[in-house]
Amino acid sequence: MKHYAMVIDQSRCVGCMACIAACVQENQVPFENFRTRVLEITKGKFPKLRTEFRPELCNHCDNAPCVMACPTGASYKRKDGIVMIDRDKCVGCKACIAACPYDARYINEEHGFADKCTFCLHRLKKDLEPACVATCIGKSRVFGDLSDQDSEVSRLLAENESRVRLKAAGTKPRVFYINRYPTKK
Amino acid sequence: MAISRRNFLKCAALTAGGAVLAESPFVRAGAKAVIKKDIRYVPSFCEMCFWRCGLIAKVEGDRLVKLDGNPLHPQSRGRLCAKGQSGMGLLYDKDRLKTPLIRTGKRGDGKYRKASWNEAYSYIAEKLTKIRKKYGPESVALFAHGSGGAYMGNFMEAWGSPNHSHPSYAQCLGAREVAFTLTFGQGPASTAERYDMANSRVMALFGSHLGENMHNSHIQDFVDGLGNGTKLIVIDPRYSTAAAKSSMWLPIKPGTDIALILAWINIVIKEHWYDHDYIAKYAIGFDKLKEEVKHYTPEWAAKKTDLPAKQIVEAIRELGRYKPNVLVHPGRHYSWYGDDTQRGRGLAILNALLGTWGRKGGIWLPPKVNLAKLKKKIKYPKPKRDSLAYGDYPFSSAGITTEVRQATISGEPYPIKAWFVIGTNLMKTMPAPEITRKAIDNLDLVVNIDLMPTDMVMMSDVILPAASYLERHDDLAVVTQKNAGIAIRQPVVNPWKDVKPAWLIANELCHKMGLGKYVEYKTLEEHMREKAKLWNISYDKLSKVGYIAIPDSYHPYITEKNQPKFDTDSKKIELYSSALDDEDMDAVPRYTHHREPPAGSFRLIYGRSPVQTFSRSINNKWLWELKNDNEVWLNADIARQMGIKNGDKISLINEKGAKSNVGRVKVTERIRKDCVYLIHGFGSTSKRMTMAYGRGIDDTQMMTHYATDPICGTNGLRVNFVKLLKES
Repeated sequence: MKHYAMVIDQSRCVGCMACIAACVQENQVPFENFRTRVLEITKGKFPKLRTEFRPELCNHCDNAPCVMACPTGASYKRKDGIVMIDRDKCVGCKACIAACPYDARYINEEHGFADKCTFCLHRLKKDLEPACVATCIGKSRVFGDLSDQDSEVSRLLAENESRVRLKAAGTKPRVFYINRYPTKK
Repeated sequence: MAISRRNFLKCAALTAGGAVLAESPFVRAGAKAVIKKDIRYVPSFCEMCFWRCGLIAKVEGDRLVKLDGNPLHPQSRGRLCAKGQSGMGLLYDKDRLKTPLIRTGKRGDGKYRKASWNEAYSYIAEKLTKIRKKYGPESVALFAHGSGGAYMGNFMEAWGSPNHSHPSYAQCLGAREVAFTLTFGQGPASTAERYDMANSRVMALFGSHLGENMHNSHIQDFVDGLGNGTKLIVIDPRYSTAAAKSSMWLPIKPGTDIALILAWINIVIKEHWYDHDYIAKYAIGFDKLKEEVKHYTPEWAAKKTDLPAKQIVEAIRELGRYKPNVLVHPGRHYSWYGDDTQRGRGLAILNALLGTWGRKGGIWLPPKVNLAKLKKKIKYPKPKRDSLAYGDYPFSSAGITTEVRQATISGEPYPIKAWFVIGTNLMKTMPAPEITRKAIDNLDLVVNIDLMPTDMVMMSDVILPAASYLERHDDLAVVTQKNAGIAIRQPVVNPWKDVKPAWLIANELCHKMGLGKYVEYKTLEEHMREKAKLWNISYDKLSKVGYIAIPDSYHPYITEKNQPKFDTDSKKIELYSSALDDEDMDAVPRYTHHREPPAGSFRLIYGRSPVQTFSRSINNKWLWELKNDNEVWLNADIARQMGIKNGDKISLINEKGAKSNVGRVKVTERIRKDCVYLIHGFGSTSKRMTMAYGRGIDDTQMMTHYATDPICGTNGLRVNFVKLLKES
């Protein structure tokens, strides 16, 4: 069984937002809603500064609060790890939006269901990477299968110190952050 | 992740409907696509900016649904930036120009009537004929940017006017081209720069905010370099995205870059960091250079630049240590202070001393391509009068927009009475828009060929709606990365309504003016096929794959057999420029002190957003949702002193009293205290641009003052000082 995950190297992110545009177009995300974003966080005082570029998206948590909060069973966890929403079962109650500590979801106002990143499941089925990964100009986003020891995500997590967002929340995210992986020859 | 839950018609959905969009082909074509669902993939290349990345368009029925990078094309390598991804936003923009328009009110008041193409051409023809009779054909000028410029250039040649001008020259990279040509005999770029960033051991950026100016493969190389361990030194008054990636940030006082460069040259020579063999073999003027720069000590530069002398020394030693696999990045936008050619010369000299030209990690040599030229079937008439667009500068190498503007006002050396404008929003590209307006008032005819009703388009007498890059052919593009290749632009969907590609407009104008004998081809595609045949490339294959590499063109680095050619007077790298000396100009750059902002004022500097191409893309809804405002960056300490908080409303006022729109402040540690920063291109004054109108602050409006480079006539645009006014 596959075990999908994303590893994001923040040192390679230049905040160009190509990922966001690709996601919006690929998934027909409603205007002014987003399934991914890039934060730019600066710390320090002039001229000793540090700016972090942090792409964010649904963490596809192994211990997903949105799934637990969903009263209708619309939000569910697939065996490959992807958290999905069954649009027919979703009543748009927003319990999942309140439960998600990562602000990863929105309501599709036109059709009334909750929506979010799917790791581009429709593309994975065609052996394509998620749209944000495929277009990432800095190759900052890497996607793959953690159950495969030789996959790039496995290798990156083995070789680098990694972090997840809000570890203390106990959600067990599948989006990992590292700082610096070398350009592939 | 609902940034805003504003209920907005979802234009892109197949199910979209509603009266507002009833006109949109998106919807109509979408409805058809549901039935047909035939999916095609068409390769072409992008023009959301001018990097020209290869793309693959996914088309359902008649409807473009997705744009992706073409993996074969070396400028996209399978990836597209946010702008490239959002091409549909331009193609299906409901505010696009749909039909020719003829002005009915006063210039600038926005009143137009719809016209047929023939009516529009007849209007133009009548005016042009009168102008030719009274003032001569040279009194017609062209301002061009983008692919369409070439065709209108042909029209100008046929018509008999030499007055072509390009904002990309005087308002952007002209001084770099001149500086590097004076030093190396050629510039570091055609469209795409030949910077080997992926392999650089150390790289210095002077104000070049890579990542914020999103040129696809350029940024891929930049980040690949970071991944390979490039040590990055960023010289910028602002802590840019690139600075955030650097190991050394030098927050230089704006306008003092040449002082730092001269001190670096001195250190490189004094401490023998230069590439002795390379200089001996390829360069001349070393001794004169050495003599000229010897008094520029790090301590002297520290005083000028407001940087610690220690840091100045450390940075250049780092570059010296890893030479020649280093790069002093020559940059792209050069129009800063009016001594920009000399700054470029300084950067070119540093690259020469460190031996980077033709070296791994430096500036690679152009690929070797020998493409036969199509035999010109026609001979254009020779204009009776010389072009006035080059001005009175010894080294101007392209038409200068501001010279044409000046002549339009003064009538000297001869009058300019008509402007053709294609693909450039002159009200936002040329400084001092009030002068542009004055020039426009002097004209008998203003014609704009464009896609969107920009500020400049709304100054026209006649508006001709152009087909977008997704709806037309353009001439075969020779791509010169490390490898050379040929790329094709072809329609991925049928043109929208009553719009025409620029090549057709130019040809039809020729016919209308009785210049049919100068029309080279009936359809551009026929011309492209002819070229492909001459170059031994299968046109049919090209139109299927989008890009074909030219074999054996890869020769990026100097080897015994692959020697660089320097097309200067001496056929060597000119550290001391005898060409400049002959014109009584500084043969080695000198430091000029630039005026500094008075107390309470700030120097206005400007830059780019990675998701916008100047003012061209600001009405694109898919980019608008990513960036629709340009905050004024203000130093946090200053903000505290002034009692300004992050997000506060302010306006800018410059020394001449020009006042901006109301905008918002970004209070940040990421900028020096003596300047404020804005993203260029915002503040549209065109009500027909319904998304962009009135959003953000127009930096150009604050540029009532500009400097002029005496060497090549390019503008210096960072010479304006502004105050902040609190607004409620």
